[in-house]
Amino acid sequence: MSTLELEAREFHRFDAAGSSFVYLVPSAAVFRLDETTEAILDHLSAGPRPVDELCRALAGRFAEEEVRSGIYDLMETRAIGPRGAPPEAMPVEVPSEDFPLTTMVLNVTAKCNLSCTYCYEYGEDQIVDQTSMPRYMDEETARESVEFMLEQAGDHEVVNLTFFGGETLLNFKLLQSTLAYANRRGAEEGKRVRFSLTTNGTLLKPEVIEWLADNDVGVTISIDGPKDVNDQFRVLNNGMGSYEMIVPKVKKLLERHTTRPIGARVTLTQQNLDVHRIYRHLVEDVGFWEVGFAPVTTSSCHSYALDEASYQRMLEQFRELAFEWLEYAVEGRHHGFSNVRESIEEIHKGFSKAYPCGAGLGLVGVATDGNVNLCHRFAGSKDHQLGTVKGGIDRSKQAKFLEEHHIAYKPDCHSCWARPLCSGGCYHEAQTRYGTTSAPNLHYCDWIRSWTHTCLEVYGALAERNPSFLHHFEA
Amino acid sequence: MRKLKGINRKAAQIERHLDELRRSEQTGAPASEGNEGDHDVVGLRSGSPPGDPQIPLGCTLIFAPGWETDASGGTAGLCQPVERDLFDCHLGCFWPAQVPDQLNHAPDWTSRCAAAEKDWRNVDLIFP
Repeated sequence: MSTLELEAREFHRFDAAGSSFVYLVPSAAVFRLDETTEAILDHLSAGPRPVDELCRALAGRFAEEEVRSGIYDLMETRAIGPRGAPPEAMPVEVPSEDFPLTTMVLNVTAKCNLSCTYCYEYGEDQIVDQTSMPRYMDEETARESVEFMLEQAGDHEVVNLTFFGGETLLNFKLLQSTLAYANRRGAEEGKRVRFSLTTNGTLLKPEVIEWLADNDVGVTISIDGPKDVNDQFRVLNNGMGSYEMIVPKVKKLLERHTTRPIGARVTLTQQNLDVHRIYRHLVEDVGFWEVGFAPVTTSSCHSYALDEASYQRMLEQFRELAFEWLEYAVEGRHHGFSNVRESIEEIHKGFSKAYPCGAGLGLVGVATDGNVNLCHRFAGSKDHQLGTVKGGIDRSKQAKFLEEHHIAYKPDCHSCWARPLCSGGCYHEAQTRYGTTSAPNLHYCDWIRSWTHTCLEVYGALAERNPSFLHHFEA
Repeated sequence: MRKLKGINRKAAQIERHLDELRRSEQTGAPASEGNEGDHDVVGLRSGSPPGDPQIPLGCTLIFAPGWETDASGGTAGLCQPVERDLFDCHLGCFWPAQVPDQLNHAPDWTSRCAAAEKDWRNVDLIFP
C-alpha cells in the first residue's frame, strides 16, 4: 500500500578488509553495512525506488523482514530518506564568546637566519611586510601574552603555548624567561602550560638542547629530507644549503630529548616529491619519531607550486605510506607517518567541522608587537587582526569572522562528502591562492577527497583487524 | 540496530541516541539526551514493532511539485487528479483525508471504483 519512495541521502561508501562501510555526511558517523543494507544502497544508487519495489527486487536474496529491517536502520541513521526530503539543515551556530583558548602561538621573532625560497613569510607570497614588524618580541609583550592566554583559557586546565618565528631560537633568551613566567603564573592560576616550538634546527646548541629536554618542550624541526632535497630550497642567506648544519644538531637533540616525540615537518614542492625517500631518510637515518608532509603554500605561478600531476603523485605515495602505517598499527606498532595518524584520529572521533581549523577560535597567533591574529601564519597582518594581548579580543570582529567563515557560507562545499573533515581548507592557503580567507581551496578538492577516501579505507581496515588500536585515539 | 554496525565514536553516539529514543517511546518517559521536549515528531511512529521500518507516511513529508497546486497556483492543471490518491490519503495518512462514512451512510461510495487509477471519476460527491 505504501507508495513512499526512498532515495539515498549524503554519504560516501568504501570497502576495507573485505567489508563494506558507509561514511555519513554531515554526521561523520562510520557504519559497517551488512549484505542487505549493501544491496539496498546498491539499488538506490540508480535513483529513488518505492519501498515495495525495493522489497520485491531484493526478495530473491533476502527475506522481506530483513530488507525492511535494513531500510529501517538506514532511515534511522539518515543514510536514506523519503524522496525529495530537504537536505540536513546547516545551522550557523557561532561559538559563544567564552569559547576557551587552548593554543596560543607566540611569534617571538620576525627574523630568520635561513632564506628558503618558498617561504610564505618572506617570499613572494608574503601577506605581511615583515620589515614593518618589531624584529624581536620584548619581555613585556611576552608576559602580557601569557596573561592574555591564561585569561582566555577560561576553565581549561591545560593550555598550549607554542613558540614560533621567523626562526624561533633567534630569541632564545625570551623563550627561557617566558617559559619560566608561564609556568609560575600557570601554577598560580591552577593551569598546566604545555610548551612546544618549531625551529629550522640551525641554532640547536648544546645548552638549547638541554633546556628543551629539561623543560619538556615539544619540538618540530622544519627539514625537507636528504641533503640534495633539503638544500634545494632550505638555504642560508649566501645560498648554501642548510642540511650539514642542521642534521648533526638534530641527532644530538633526538639523543638527549626523549620525553616528547620529536617530529619533522616537510614541505613538498614540484621538484621535491619523493615522499618515500624523504620519509625513510628522516625516520631511519636521522631518527625522527614522526614526519608530517605538507604541499608548499604558494600561488600557482611559481615553479615550485605543485601541478595536477604532482598532486596525483603525492597522493599515490601517501596512499602507500598510509597502508604501511596500517600494517604497523595492526601489529600494535608505531609508524611515523603523521599525516595519516591525524586523519584517522579525526575520523575515529567523528569530527564534523564547521570551520577548517581552530584559528581565531581556540587558537590564535600573537605577532612580535602583541597583536592577536587568526593564527601564526597571519601574525602581523592588520587585515586579519582580532585584537591585542593588552586589550583582549575584539569580540564583534571575531564573531563576524566566525559567521562569515562558517561552512554554511561555502556553497561550493555543500555537495562534497569530504566537507566534515575539510570544511574548505586552510585560511592562509586560501588567502595566498584566492586573495581571501573565506574562499574554499578548490584547487585541491580532488586531492582531499582521494586522501580522505584512503584514510577511510585504512580506518575501516584497522577497525576490522585490530580495533583495540583505536583506543589510542580516545583521549 | 541489527543491520548496521557503528564503528567510530559518532556512530556510537547515534546508536545511543536512537536506543534512548526507543526506550523513551516504550516507557513514555522523555529521552535524556537533548533538551527536554526537544524530540523529533515522527508520523505514525508509536506502536510500530521494533525492527519494522519506521517510514513516515503522508504526502506532506514528500515534496512533489504539482501535487497541491499547479504552476499558476490553481488546481486546474494538477499533474494528477486529487482523487487519484484518495485511498492513500484516507487510509494511511497520519492526517487523513475526510471521506464519507462508508459504514453507515454511504456504504456504496466506492462500489464503482475497483481501481482508483482508472475509475476515480466514479467516486462522487455525497450529500447528507
